[in-house]
Amino acid sequence: MTTNGLPSARDTILGRIREALRLPAALPHMRSHAAEAAAASGAGLTILPADVARPWLPDGGETPAERLALLTDNLAKLRAEVHRVADAKAATALVAGIARDRGWRKVAWHDHPAVEPLATALSCETQQVDAGAFDKNALEACDAGITACEAAVAQTGSILVSSGSCGGRALSILPHVHVVVVSLDQIVATLGDALDLVRSHHAGRLPSMLSFITGPSRTGDIERILVLGAHGPKELLVILIG
Amino acid sequence: MTPGSPTADPHPVHEAEDPHLAKKKFLHDAAEHVRDTSHRAFVRKALGGYYTSRDTQKARYRDWEQARDAASLAKWSAVNRLDELLPRFVAAFEANGGKVHWARTADEARDIILGLLRAVKAKAVIKSKCMTSEEIHLNAAMEQDGYGVVESDLGEFIQQLRGEPPYHFVFPCMHVRRDEISDLFGKHLGTPPTDSPEELTMIARRHMRRLYVDADVGITGANFLVAETGQISITENEGNARLTAALPRVHIALAGIEKVVANLDDLAVLLPMLATAGAGQPMTCYNTLYAGPRRPGECDGPEEMHLVLLDNSRTAILADPEQRDSLHCIRCGACLNVCPIFKNVGGFTYGTTYQGPIGSVITPHLRGLADWNHLSGASSLCGACTDACPVRIDIHHHLLHNRRNAARSTPNRLERLGHRLFVTVASRPWLYAAGGAVFRNTLWLMKKLRPPLLRDWLATRDLPPAPPRSFRSEWRSRS
Amino acid sequence: MARVLERLGHACEFRPAQTCCGQPSFNAGYWDEARTVASRAVEVFRGAEAVVGPSGSCVAMMRVFYPQLLAGTPHEAAALDLATRTFEFGEFLVDKLDVTDVGARFPHKVTYHDGCHGLRELRIKEAPRKLLRAVQDLELVECDEAESCCGFGGLFSVKYPMISTAMAEVKGSSLVRTACDYIVSSDPTCQLQLDGWLSRQRQKPRTIHLAEVLAGADT
Repeated sequence: MTTNGLPSARDTILGRIREALRLPAALPHMRSHAAEAAAASGAGLTILPADVARPWLPDGGETPAERLALLTDNLAKLRAEVHRVADAKAATALVAGIARDRGWRKVAWHDHPAVEPLATALSCETQQVDAGAFDKNALEACDAGITACEAAVAQTGSILVSSGSCGGRALSILPHVHVVVVSLDQIVATLGDALDLVRSHHAGRLPSMLSFITGPSRTGDIERILVLGAHGPKELLVILIG
Repeated sequence: MTPGSPTADPHPVHEAEDPHLAKKKFLHDAAEHVRDTSHRAFVRKALGGYYTSRDTQKARYRDWEQARDAASLAKWSAVNRLDELLPRFVAAFEANGGKVHWARTADEARDIILGLLRAVKAKAVIKSKCMTSEEIHLNAAMEQDGYGVVESDLGEFIQQLRGEPPYHFVFPCMHVRRDEISDLFGKHLGTPPTDSPEELTMIARRHMRRLYVDADVGITGANFLVAETGQISITENEGNARLTAALPRVHIALAGIEKVVANLDDLAVLLPMLATAGAGQPMTCYNTLYAGPRRPGECDGPEEMHLVLLDNSRTAILADPEQRDSLHCIRCGACLNVCPIFKNVGGFTYGTTYQGPIGSVITPHLRGLADWNHLSGASSLCGACTDACPVRIDIHHHLLHNRRNAARSTPNRLERLGHRLFVTVASRPWLYAAGGAVFRNTLWLMKKLRPPLLRDWLATRDLPPAPPRSFRSEWRSRS
Repeated sequence: MARVLERLGHACEFRPAQTCCGQPSFNAGYWDEARTVASRAVEVFRGAEAVVGPSGSCVAMMRVFYPQLLAGTPHEAAALDLATRTFEFGEFLVDKLDVTDVGARFPHKVTYHDGCHGLRELRIKEAPRKLLRAVQDLELVECDEAESCCGFGGLFSVKYPMISTAMAEVKGSSLVRTACDYIVSSDPTCQLQLDGWLSRQRQKPRTIHLAEVLAGADT
């Protein structure tokens, strides 16, 4: 209620919703037995069990080897650049070499055990986004940003980053190149598995942003022709360690 | 300086005036558009690539039809428990530090947002794609209040410069050729001509970068509102929504109340299907969950996050159990992509925010059945839309339902008389046979006289001569 | 249609009491009026072992929409029952009689037009193609817009004639590109629309009904 006694917009809307839902709606016309059985079992209003949905979605890989293969295949199709290295030392050398070859003048990073060694080994100027006050103008001037990740999804080729563990929101989206460090044990099969991880890992204390990154930024708005690097990073470099 | 943007309402039809105005305009625009064969061919060509990619992605699903079942059940469960789930979402979002504002109407939503802009002393506003903001005509209102608004999505940006609303709610400028875009950028941004889509995109990218960094308010939509966790989910390819919600000090999101899903699991189905049906992709580039403003310990992000929840007649659709499933719509645009009407009349002919089949279903509810029912009539009911819908909305049957509702509430007297006459004849076989005989014997004359409906047929199509005998007469001769 | 069925050894009857399925009024939204016609039709076909129709749209009306239209009326049970016994001609041959070769000969190049009611309301896709492939000397090709609507849509064809014509143009052009002699259809209303456009455009192919091909209409 508002102070003058008239119902608030909130109360009006919720009231309308309750009134509207007094009449039940029929279930959608379904084609599969599994979904019909699931719906019927709850006698009307049910939550769809996750295992009803997941078997019908694209494959996520049964074994770690399959998942790795699927992930790299999907990333390649997405035009992400994939590099496989044995350990952090090799990753450090790789990224330093790439930065030199491509003439990166300034690289942004955040304080994370997987990222710090890579950043400190660079010979060019670096910008740590989580040291002191955030400087968006300085970040805008960076050629590349290096982040860790929370998971990599084989099913879709997606990389999950969070504002909590991956250097905030802008680091993985503003620089022209996004370098993300993934260790093989972070690979999960499906989007559903990644969301389970979110739920279990962040229970009660969600980071303010979680983002599934599926390839470099792109648009098809001009004559439906694919162009990479619309606003987000034009290049996505995935460093797989392990 | 805001790039040339419309101050006039892009949808000038006013319900208070001639109620048939919308229909007259539709018929006029449709006739004009079908004559533009090069435009139609261009759009058809653009969609050709979509069909191929979509089919490739569908084939990756172990069972696409069962996945559709799962997706439709996920939305059905959410919409039919909105009374429970919407408050749950709001409580969780507020616990995350977000602020919720409730808007019963488009006017209220605009006022709330303008109020927020004033309260935070906004100077520069950047927007990412939000069809709900089109629905409430937000941009025009913001401009009137003196705020420079820039649409950051490339397609929306192009449409903003052209002074046009979006042509399609997923591909806003699918009707625009690259040379037209080059001229547009030359005129508004002073850039040299180019026929490379890549270079044109880079022009927009460079132009936007300063705007993201300098904006103090970012306005986004939301594809889903997750009740379990109090997060809003935004799906995009370009990264402009991510930037809009990363750098400005204040994030304002606008979403219809029907966007609720029960839990995160639902996104495991809905996100891939939205991408597959909408754009022929396995997933779009960025699918982002925002729980609220930046958390202590996070190095960047907005200090404030506001979510404006909009009703604007959605509760009226909710109250109609027959058509309630039209609220399941995830705005993928698949129905537009397969609709022969859309392909032949184009996105602007509809004259309203939501085009295509789903738009034709909901617009009469959002803007009045009497004024907008012609959108439900302008369909051959082929059903391609219903087949394409990832959440199994009974789209083409709802067009029939709208027609029935209109016939009941605002019948066309002459038309109803005609149908009653036909029914009278069809209830009496002897009369029906006699009528058939009259028809067979006078068709030649009717073709000469060209009464109204026949005239419309004969303008572009021939009619065969009447058969010499009726089927029942032929059958009698057999035995 | 009767000729083909009788050749296969089935007795056919035509009930002269039948008139119209009522779809025009139903599609226009005049459901009360359509209900009058539907109630009558349901009685006309009472007791028939199978009701077979040469039109996807009429059969869809009776099988898919009658139960909805007559729900809550005294004819509801009869409508539900009729729905189990009503078939489109091609689907009846293949799915009910388990027949694909009816001994026909039709030495021409043809393409099949999937009428929307047949395709999407009755879920018919393979049946007519199986039948056509079994016809002697017939060459079957697919057009790239096989599943696209011809644009008839009942009164839509004259209430929104410019859109209807544009759709006929898209479909018709695709059909012409197959360089076929005939376009086979299972819906006379689609035939009216397509022939109307093809004739006006002075294009060669004409439509022919599936039943005519199977009965051996050899021109």
